[in-house]
Amino acid sequence: MKSISALLLLPFLSPLAVRAVPSGEITFNRDIRGILTDKCFACHGPDAKKVESDLRLDLRSSAIARRKDGDAAIVPGDPKKSALVYRIFADDQDDLMPPPETHKSLKPHERELLRTWIAQGAPYEAHWAYTELKQPTPPRAGRWAINEVDRYIAAGLAAEGLKPSPEADRVTLIRRLSFDLTGLPPTPAEVDAFVKDRSKEAYEKLVDRLLASPRYGERMTIYWLDLVRYADTVGYHGDQNVSQSPYRDYVIKAFNTNMPYDRFMREQLAGDLLPDATLDQRVASGYNRLNQTTEEGGSQAKEYLAIYFADRVRNVSQVYMGATMGCAQCHNHKYDPYTTRDFYSFGAFFADIEERGVYGARKRPPEIQVPNPEAQAKIEAFDRDIAAVKAQVTAEGTELLAGQPAWEKSARASMDQTKEVETVLIDDRQDTGGKSDGAWNFVAADKGPVHSGKSSRRQQAKGLVQHFYDNAKKPLETTADTRFFAWVHLDAANPPKALMLQFNDGTWDHRAVWGSDDISFGRQPKSYAAYQRKGALPKAGEWVRLEVNAAELGLPAGRKVKGMAYTQFDGLVHWDKAGWIGVKGLPHEVARALVIAPDQRDDKQAKAVREHFLATAPAILALNKTIAGIEAERGKVNSKGISTVVSKAVKPRMIRILPRGNWMDDSGEEVQPAIPAFLGKLDTGERRATRLDLAEWLGRPGNVLSSRTLANRLWYLLFGRGICSSVDDFGGQGTFPSHPELLDWLAVDFVESGWNIKHTMRKIVTSASYRQSSRPSPALRAEDPYNALFARQGRFGLAAEMVRDNALAASGLLIHKLGGPSAKPYQPVGYYAQLNFPGRKYAADKNDNQYRRGVYTHWQRTFLHPMLKAFDAPSREECTATRARSNTPLQALALLNDPSFVEAARVFAARIMREGGARPEDRIQWAHRNVLSRTAEAAVATELKRVYEQHLAHYRAQVDAAKKLIAEGEAPVATDLDPAELAAWTGVSRVILNLHETITRY
Amino acid sequence: MQPSSHPQPLPDETVARRTFLRRTGLGSIALASMAGTAQGIQTHHHPRIKRVIHLCMAGGPSHLETFDNKPELAKHNGKPMPESFTKGQPIAQLQGKALKVLGPQHTFERYGKSGLAMSNVFKHISGHADEMCIINSMHTEQINHDPAHTFFNTGTAISGRPSMGSWVLYGLGAESRDLPGFIVLTSVGGGQSQPISSRQWHSGFLPSRFQGVQMHATGNPVHYVGNPAGVGRAQQKEVVDAVSRINAIRNKALQDPEIATRIAGYEMAFRMQASVPELTDMSGEPKHIVDLYGCRPGDGSFASNCLLARRLAERGVRFIQLYHRGWDHHGGVKGGVVKTASLVDQGTSALLKDLKQRGMLDDTLIIWGGEFGRTPMAQGSGRDHHIKGYSMWMAGGGVRGGTTYGATDDFGYNAVDRKVHVRDFHATMLHLLGIDHSRFTYKFQGLDFRLTGVEEAQVIRDLFT
Repeated sequence: MKSISALLLLPFLSPLAVRAVPSGEITFNRDIRGILTDKCFACHGPDAKKVESDLRLDLRSSAIARRKDGDAAIVPGDPKKSALVYRIFADDQDDLMPPPETHKSLKPHERELLRTWIAQGAPYEAHWAYTELKQPTPPRAGRWAINEVDRYIAAGLAAEGLKPSPEADRVTLIRRLSFDLTGLPPTPAEVDAFVKDRSKEAYEKLVDRLLASPRYGERMTIYWLDLVRYADTVGYHGDQNVSQSPYRDYVIKAFNTNMPYDRFMREQLAGDLLPDATLDQRVASGYNRLNQTTEEGGSQAKEYLAIYFADRVRNVSQVYMGATMGCAQCHNHKYDPYTTRDFYSFGAFFADIEERGVYGARKRPPEIQVPNPEAQAKIEAFDRDIAAVKAQVTAEGTELLAGQPAWEKSARASMDQTKEVETVLIDDRQDTGGKSDGAWNFVAADKGPVHSGKSSRRQQAKGLVQHFYDNAKKPLETTADTRFFAWVHLDAANPPKALMLQFNDGTWDHRAVWGSDDISFGRQPKSYAAYQRKGALPKAGEWVRLEVNAAELGLPAGRKVKGMAYTQFDGLVHWDKAGWIGVKGLPHEVARALVIAPDQRDDKQAKAVREHFLATAPAILALNKTIAGIEAERGKVNSKGISTVVSKAVKPRMIRILPRGNWMDDSGEEVQPAIPAFLGKLDTGERRATRLDLAEWLGRPGNVLSSRTLANRLWYLLFGRGICSSVDDFGGQGTFPSHPELLDWLAVDFVESGWNIKHTMRKIVTSASYRQSSRPSPALRAEDPYNALFARQGRFGLAAEMVRDNALAASGLLIHKLGGPSAKPYQPVGYYAQLNFPGRKYAADKNDNQYRRGVYTHWQRTFLHPMLKAFDAPSREECTATRARSNTPLQALALLNDPSFVEAARVFAARIMREGGARPEDRIQWAHRNVLSRTAEAAVATELKRVYEQHLAHYRAQVDAAKKLIAEGEAPVATDLDPAELAAWTGVSRVILNLHETITRY
Repeated sequence: MQPSSHPQPLPDETVARRTFLRRTGLGSIALASMAGTAQGIQTHHHPRIKRVIHLCMAGGPSHLETFDNKPELAKHNGKPMPESFTKGQPIAQLQGKALKVLGPQHTFERYGKSGLAMSNVFKHISGHADEMCIINSMHTEQINHDPAHTFFNTGTAISGRPSMGSWVLYGLGAESRDLPGFIVLTSVGGGQSQPISSRQWHSGFLPSRFQGVQMHATGNPVHYVGNPAGVGRAQQKEVVDAVSRINAIRNKALQDPEIATRIAGYEMAFRMQASVPELTDMSGEPKHIVDLYGCRPGDGSFASNCLLARRLAERGVRFIQLYHRGWDHHGGVKGGVVKTASLVDQGTSALLKDLKQRGMLDDTLIIWGGEFGRTPMAQGSGRDHHIKGYSMWMAGGGVRGGTTYGATDDFGYNAVDRKVHVRDFHATMLHLLGIDHSRFTYKFQGLDFRLTGVEEAQVIRDLFT
C-alpha cells in the first residue's frame, strides 16, 4: 500500500514503517517500541517507582505474566485473550488504555500494529542502540554502488521500488564537498580544475586535498564545539570572560592531524591523568571544565557543585554516548534503563576534578599557560636548536675519547683533592639575598627544638603550608652531583602528613615529596622528573637530615637554582639548617672507578668515568652552556602563554545520590564511580575507577554507544540527517535508524580503521549515495519527504559561521590563520548593556583578527553575536547535536545590513572592478562565478545589471552617499576607484551575497 | 510565510505544516509567525486574553515593603529570627550570619473601593487597586538571580529551554504583520542593575523564529534594522527586489521550498525596516498621553518603554516583556524601594490607564513582579534573597481585580495559604490564553517538554472573574 493519502494519515513514521502496516513482518524495534515508549511507558515502563498495576510493558516477562485478575496483558499469538488488546480497543472509557485524560490516545493504525504484533507472537528485541556491534555483510548491489555504503542504500531503495537520484553536476559536487569538508566555498580556479579533470581519480583527489586542508579541522571543530558547549564566557549571572581558546585550538589540531577518536575521547576526559601528560593532553582535559560556572555573590558553593555535576553528566553522556542521562537526575529515566544511581555513579567519575562551586572574580583555577601559535613555533625552533647542539655534543665526544687515557692519568694524580663542600643557605636567617615568602617563623630553643644555631623555623597548619625564598642574588649552579639538604624535626604528637622540598631554576617544577599525596602542588599520578616520591616520612621526635640529588629532580649540571621551598601538609614541623653540597674535584663514583684498571671496570663504572671526562672537557662545557642559554630563552617564551582551564585531579569528593535532585538533602546513599549498570561493569578490582577508566571503556572496540554515536553524527554532517535521525538521543524515545545495518557497518568499520575519522568521512563522501543530486523528484518528495531513504542528498543552509566565512572568502578579506585567542567582529553598539559585574563594552578588533573565520568568534554565552544567533548558532550552554535550521527575517536583516557583510560586499566590489574585466557584463559574470562557482544565466545577469545601473545613476548624483557606503568597516578604502561605480558594484555584491543559493549547501 | 520544520530539513509545505500541527499539542496552530496573522487559531478552550505584558522587576522586589502587609513583623524588629523558620533552609548572602528581623520599612494603606492593601510607595499604581489581583503566596526554587530568572521565564533552572514568551508565540503565533511576535524591552536608570541574559527570552529548542527580539534604546532598536551608511530606502528596495527575483528565477532550477520562505523573509525584513522606526518614533503621541506616562518618549526609561509596550500591543505583538533591573536591595531597602518604585510607578499606571481607555485592557494580561522576594531578616539595612514566599500582581483580561490571593505567615517568610508555585503561575497564564498547559508540548531529545515541566501544576481559577 503506497498511496500518498495513507502516508498523510501517519505522521512522522518512516515510510518503511508505514508500509509495514498491516500485513508484513513486524519488527519490534522499528514498529512497536516507539508506540510503547510514547504511549505506555510513563505508567508501565522502566521507572520502577511509578509502575501502575505492577505491569511493565518494557519487560516481556511482565507483559506475558498471568495476572491476578485473570488474563495476561499479552498472550503471545492470541490477541483475543490478551488484556492489552481488549484495553486498547475498549469502548468503555473506564477500561480504555491509555486513559483518555492522559491525551495519549492510540491512533487506529497503532492499535492494529499492536494487535498484529501480538498475533505474530509478540517478539521483543533489545533496544537497537544497546545491542552488540556486529558488522553485517553488505547486501549485493548493482553497478550504481561504489562502496559498501551504497549497497545498503541501494537495498533500501530497491525494497521500496525506488531508484537513487542522478549524480549531481560537478560544480555542485565541488561546492558540496568544499562546504562539507572545509566550510568554505571553492575558488573559481579550483572549480575549473575539477570540472576539467575528467580522470577517474579526479573526485578522490579532490576529497584528499580537502581532507588534508587545515580548514578541515576548523570546519569539524564548529560541530565539536557545539557538542561540548565551548564558549569564551562563564554563562551564569555576569557571564564574565574565561580563557579557554587553547582547548579550541587543540580540537582543531586533533581533527587536522586526524587523531584517532578513542585517543581524542581519552585526552579530553582524562588527559591530565595520562602518564607524563603532554601540554596538549592537559589542554584537552579542559573539556571537563567547559561547563557554565558562577561568581555571583550569595551563591552557595554546595548548590553550584551539584549544578556543575549534573551539567557534566548531561554533557558527557550526550557527547560520547548519545544518551540523555540528564533525566535521571531526579528520577529513574522513564524511557531508558538509566537509573538515578547510574546518574550519580557516572558523575562520580568526575568527583576528583579540582573545582569550586563559586569562583573568585575572573578566576577559574586550575589554569595553565599555553604558548600561542607564534610562541609555539619559536619553542619548536628552540627545540630544534637544542637537538642540534646536543648532536654536536655527541659528535665532539666521540672525537675527544682518544684523549681519555691521558686525562685519567692526570686525574688519578689529583684525586686527593676530591672533597665535599657543604654550603649553608639558611640557618638562623635566610641568607641568599632572595625574597622570603610564606610562613617564616624563627623560634628560639625555649620555644621548640633547635638543631643548629640559635633558632629553627616552626611551621604548623591544618592543611597545606609552606615557606620559601626566590630570586636569590647569586643562584647556585648545579654540577652533576649537587645534593640539597634540609634538617627537619617532626612533632611526635602532631606529625605532618607530607613534606616537600622544592627548587626553582626558572620553574618550580622540581619537587621531592615524603609521606602522603596530600600536597596537591605539582602532583602527578606517577613520579616524574618534576615530582619525585621519596617514600615514607622520616622518624618523628628527632632531628633528621633530608637529602636529595639535584639531577634526580630534573636539575642536571649547569642549572641555576634561585629559589627553594619548604612545604608540609598538616602537623607541626621545625625546619633548620638547609643548603647544598657540591664536590670539588671528582665525584665519588668517578674517583672509585678511576682507581680500577680500565679493562677491569664494569659497565657502570666505565660509563661514569667516560661521562665525567666528557662533561668536564672544555669543548663540551662550552656546548652545554649554549644549551642552557637556549633553554633559558625557551623558558621565557614559554611562560608568556594564553591561559586555559584544565582538569586537575585531587582527592575525590564524596558523591551521594541526591533524592529528587535536591542538593540540600544529604540522606542519599554514597556512590562510587561506575558506568550505567545495564551496560556492564568496569573491572578495576579494589581500585576506585577513574576518568581514565571511563575513557578507556568508551574507547573499547566493543563499546556499543561511542562508535555508533560518532558514525551517525559524521553521516549527519554529510547528509543533513542522521541514519538515526535523533542525532542527540539513541535512547528509547529516539527514532529507530532508517538503515540500522548501515549504521552498524559504519561504526564497526570506523573502529576497525583505528577510530579514524577521516577514513569514515572519506568512505561516506566517496560513495555514490553522497554524490546524488539533492533535488527531489516529485515522486520522492511525496514518498519520502524527510529523505529517510537517502534516495537523494540533503540540502540545507550553511552553518552560521560558514555564512560569515563565505562572504569574507569572496571579498578576499578572510585571514587564513589557525588558532589563537577569540576574535571580535563588528557588533551592534550597546549589545552588552544588560551585562554587569563588571559592565561590559565590546571593542571590535581593528586588526587582521576582524577577518577571521566564524569558528574563532568570541562566544558570549548570554549574548551571542547577533549574526551568529540569527543563523541558529547555539548559546553553548548545553550540548547541541543538531542546530535548528530556521529561515527568518532577522537573517535577512543581518545579511543585508551587518557591517561585516557590507564591508565584505564593498571590498568584493573593488575586486570585481580590478579583476573582473572591463565590461559590466564580464564583471557580473566574474562576480557571480566567484561566489556561486558558475556563470549567471541571462535572466539573473539582467537582474544584476539592472541593480548596477540603478545604483550607478543614483550614486553619480549622490557621490557623498557613495563615499559613505564604500568606507564601511576597517578595510582600506579603494581611493583609486571611482566612488560611484564602486558603490554600484557594492550593490551588486550585496545582491549576490544575499542570495538563497549563496548561503545554502546543495 | 510558512514555518520551517525543526529540526528536520523542510521537505515541503504540506508535510511541514502537518508535522507542525501534530507537534504543537494544540488542536491547531497559527501558521502565523513573525509575519503571519492569527486567523484561524484554535486554542484548547476559549481564551480570555490575546496578549501578555510582563513587567519584570529584576533583582527581587521586597514583598514586605510593597504588597505583603506584615504588621506582626514590626513587633519583632531587631529581635533574632526564630530558628524554626530558617533552620535547614537555603540562604544566600546571609550564610553564616546572625539572623535578625527587620520590620517593614513602609506604611501600608488601603486603596480603592476594594480596600486593597499595599505600601504607600506606589502613588500611581495604588490608583488601580480595584483592577489588581495581588498574589501573596508566590514561591520559587532558585535563590540566586540568574537561575531564578531562568526558572521564572522557562520553568527550569537548566539553560537552553524555551522562555514562556517563545512558548506562547509558538502556540498562538502573532497578530503583527510587520513586527516580531515576542519583544523584549530593557530600561535604563536606577543604580546597580542586575545582569540579564538573552537566555531569558531565548527560544531554546523551539525553532529560533520564536525567540524574543530585544529592542534597544541605543543604536538600531532592532539589530541590523537600519540601512548601511550611504544606502537609501530606494537602493535597499532595489537590492531586496533583485534578491527575491533572482531567488525566484533560481527556484525554477532548484525547486527548493525554502526559497519561498526566504523571499517572504526578505519582504518582511524590508517592511520591518520601516515599521520599526515607525513604531519607535513616538513624536506623534499627543501631549496628554506623553504627560500620562511622564517621560521623554524614547529616552530608554521604564515609562518610555511602557508607552512603547502599548504601541506594540496595538500592533498585535503577542508577548511583551519589560525589564527594570533595579530591585536588588541588599542594603538600604527603605530608600531603595522608594527609588525603584518611583522609576516604575507612573509608567505602569499609565500603561494600565492607556490600555483601558483604548479598550485593550480586557484582552491583555499585565504581570508585575520579580524572580523572588526578600528575607524578613535584615542584611544590614537591607534584605537578602528569599524564595519561600513573595508577591506578584496581575491585572487585565479575566483577572478578578481588587483582590488578594494566598498569604505568607506572620513573618512573611513562608507562603502558607493557597501557595502558588511558578509552575502554577505559568499554567494560569496559559489558561487565560486558551491553552491547557498539560497538553501543550514539544518533542525534544525524545521527550515531550512542557513549559510547566513534569511536576503537577494547577490553574488558579480563583483569580479569574
